[in-house]
Amino acid sequence: MSGGHATVLHRPGDSPVHLLPPQVKLLAAFAAVLGVVATPREAFWAFGIDLLVVLAVWSVAGVPLGWFARRAVIETPFVLLAVVLPFVSGGPRMDVLGLAVSADGLLAGWNILAKGTLGVLIALTLAATTQPRDLVLGLQRLRAPGWFITIATLMLRYVDVIAGELRRMRIARISRGDDPRFLWQLGAAARGAGTLFLRSYERGERVHRAMLARGWAGHMPAGSAAPVGALRWVAGGSPALVIATVWAVAAWPG
Amino acid sequence: MSASLDVRGLEYHYPDGTTALAGIDLRVEPGERVAVLGPNGAGKTTLVLHLNGVLTGTGRIEVAGMPLSPGTLREIRRRVGVVFQDPDDQLFMPTVADDVAFGPANFGVTEPELAERVQAALDAVGMAGHADRSPMHLSEGQRRRVALATVLASDPELLVLDEPSANLEPVARRELADVLLSLDRTLLMVTHDLPYALQLCPRAVLIDNGVVVADGPTRDLLADADLLAAHRIELPWGFVPHP
Repeated sequence: MSGGHATVLHRPGDSPVHLLPPQVKLLAAFAAVLGVVATPREAFWAFGIDLLVVLAVWSVAGVPLGWFARRAVIETPFVLLAVVLPFVSGGPRMDVLGLAVSADGLLAGWNILAKGTLGVLIALTLAATTQPRDLVLGLQRLRAPGWFITIATLMLRYVDVIAGELRRMRIARISRGDDPRFLWQLGAAARGAGTLFLRSYERGERVHRAMLARGWAGHMPAGSAAPVGALRWVAGGSPALVIATVWAVAAWPG
Repeated sequence: MSASLDVRGLEYHYPDGTTALAGIDLRVEPGERVAVLGPNGAGKTTLVLHLNGVLTGTGRIEVAGMPLSPGTLREIRRRVGVVFQDPDDQLFMPTVADDVAFGPANFGVTEPELAERVQAALDAVGMAGHADRSPMHLSEGQRRRVALATVLASDPELLVLDEPSANLEPVARRELADVLLSLDRTLLMVTHDLPYALQLCPRAVLIDNGVVVADGPTRDLLADADLLAAHRIELPWGFVPHP
């Protein structure tokens, strides 16, 4: 389950985290993100413990910290927002490092930064230890709607095909003197995108015919899956359980 | 004994009224390998799409004695394995093994037989070592062989191949021919590749304007220069089939 090709987000391995059934990891990640989001923003210590839990999972998974750090840059726009908020928000001001900043804005920025970062890191952990096709399989085992599974399965397969077509069309364009650096030549790229859409639509019809020819009846065959024992559910869900406990303590009144 | 395929008076008109098939009659006996030749627009691919009920015209189609009708559509689709021209249209699952399992799983095959079918089909086309790879990472020739495996896994009565040698390098083309010759299956092969038709199919039918205009030994058809010229078919330069 953990073998196969590396992708931008997946790092093949055979750690206990990699080997967990995908449906366990999906539910655990979802619960962990819910736990983080529900934690009161003033409970600074809680986010520290949540981060330690994530670090512990990385350690078991054998995925280096730098691998996640490089991919976490996707969060940069949110970090910028978090940094700007204390300066642009209203309300009472307070002094931080000689700068007058909004107290509410500071807390709001911290809230975005802490929860956003933990959310991204949890999602990256799931992606790093689970092959894309296993993610779809996990969703299917969790009884996600059939249309969603079909779309996700086909997307996994055809995103590379369409990207390849786009690449070939671009090469053909620049071979004939197109220089997409200039704004006024955006028209050719836009028409190319339109052509790609039509081609993809036609391909969709051909794929549908090929699916019908092999007995397609409206849903992807799920295959059989060995039942997951209680122990694996507990082991896989334990990080989420810790995060949920941290939330419960942090949110406890008084 | 029933024919593997029996088509009688098959007609099909496109929604704009253009006639694609104008009364096709074709009978293929079990174990026969038949090439379907014809110029572009002759109706070859339209005929293929009728054989498993993806398109529905008027006339009669029987596969191994079973008439094609709404009630038999599912079983007919199992019996007729169509390999489409572009493997990227046919291979839509994330891995080779998933794709080969797609057909038989739809037709109700479950584990452990499903895994055995996948293994046997991939063995038959020499692709067993690639089960867990994405079709995206295979060569054109390998994809074509996997596409063949995806229909073999459903144990079809009739294999229908649409332009199997298109876009293949010579070695991949020859490897696919070796695989096809090793299969003990009834075969209907739509192709523009006349030497390939001669190599693989002892019998050929020539379709033009939606009807069968010639039916006979492939070598004889290809040696009839007047017939080929009348239907815009041309042998590759330097290729001379001896009658």
